[in-house]
Amino acid sequence: MPEILRAKIDGNPYILPMFRFANPNRFLRIGKGIMPWSAGLSILCIGVGLYLALFVSPPDYQQKETVRIMYVHVPSAWMALFIYSSMVISSAMALIWKHPLADLIAKASAPVGTGFTIICLATGSLWGKPMWGTWWVWDARLTSVLILFFLYLGYIALNNAFDDPARGAKASAVLALVGAVNLPIIKFSVDWWNTLHQPASVTRLDVPAVHSSMLWPLLLMAFGFTFFYVTILVLRVRSEIAAAKIRNIQLAEARG
Amino acid sequence: MMRVCGQIVLRDLRLALRQGFDAFIVLMFFVITVTLFPLGVGSEPNLLARMGPGVIWVAALLSTMLSLDRLFQHDYEDGSLELLLLSPVPLELLVLAKVAAHWLLTGLPLIIVTPLLAVFMNMPVEGYGVLLLSMLLGTPVSSFIGAVGGALTLGARRGGVLVSLLILPLYIPLLIFGVSAIDAAIGGLSVRPHLLILGAMLVAAIPLATWAASASLRQACE
Repeated sequence: MPEILRAKIDGNPYILPMFRFANPNRFLRIGKGIMPWSAGLSILCIGVGLYLALFVSPPDYQQKETVRIMYVHVPSAWMALFIYSSMVISSAMALIWKHPLADLIAKASAPVGTGFTIICLATGSLWGKPMWGTWWVWDARLTSVLILFFLYLGYIALNNAFDDPARGAKASAVLALVGAVNLPIIKFSVDWWNTLHQPASVTRLDVPAVHSSMLWPLLLMAFGFTFFYVTILVLRVRSEIAAAKIRNIQLAEARG
Repeated sequence: MMRVCGQIVLRDLRLALRQGFDAFIVLMFFVITVTLFPLGVGSEPNLLARMGPGVIWVAALLSTMLSLDRLFQHDYEDGSLELLLLSPVPLELLVLAKVAAHWLLTGLPLIIVTPLLAVFMNMPVEGYGVLLLSMLLGTPVSSFIGAVGGALTLGARRGGVLVSLLILPLYIPLLIFGVSAIDAAIGGLSVRPHLLILGAMLVAAIPLATWAASASLRQACE
């Protein structure tokens, strides 16, 4: 971007701060700064969290050693919801303000969210077998997370279904907003329906119902997963920008 | 403005009548799908009675999904959708009219043959009224959600298969409450909460789905 134009944008109080980050080159620069830190913190948090979860924290008085599945299951469930929420917000930003990076962020988030949803469903199933005596029940929370998984798949499929990537991005942004109705249903399913799945014990307004020896590894794992998401997100958005540049160069060459 | 909406509904109905067989095919699909179940799981009367509400609802949702291409696809292909977009009437109203026409052409016929299928499935008589009532509340919702899917997949590769991936997950709440209302009626419990939730879905779907479908139609014709 020419220096004069950049000065105009930076100094202009009428331009919302988020548009200062709409410039892909600026994103690339910031991303380069963030990535080593988020990658390092992610490895550190997950490493320490796993050590605390697997060796230090006490086994549950009822569930014995199987409770350790929780340290992967619960943070990945949080991430599945968190990533879909961030896709909803960036899709809304892309539709309302036509923010050029928001589309890329939503698109780059979807596979990571799908991965966390699979981990959540798989670990939940492994945990359910010894605790509930079954791999799967059609309980409200399990079903709504399964729907979330289908929504992720639908989003990715719709995003790739068009020859014009811009059209795919817009259509899937609308779909992400429509799918947002599922988020409160997942969150409150354990309160609304009397289900086999236990209600929330950490994210309560009063004191969490989890002892600190179990809460710490849980939070560390959650932070580790979040930093992992940030790392992958920056990496994927960078490759999306690079792919767009390559496409433009090829088009320019084809035109001669 | 209302007159324009009425004209669009009439136009869609007239087109469907002149093309004749289209609406009938969806109805046949509905009947045949339900008929497959007694042949597949065995014709034991109690088993069929237990499965009846679920089978009828699933078949109704699948038939609605199959008919979605009629909603916007033809208009998109022959260009009349662009003319509708250019008209001074708000697109949201046009979408409402299109969905109303779609429901009259698929939802209503499905409801009319439903009692026959309930007899096929050996459903207890206490469930009939609520079955019809839940379909009456539920099929418009499926048309509205379907309109979003139909509009989103305009111009997509393999749009017909894609729409099932997008729409069926969103149909799940509808299916759950539709069937639980009938089960409650057969079991002698109160059907009010289930029907109220179905009604709430309809009330929420009218503005939200109309908005989402119009937004995606605008993108499709950009």
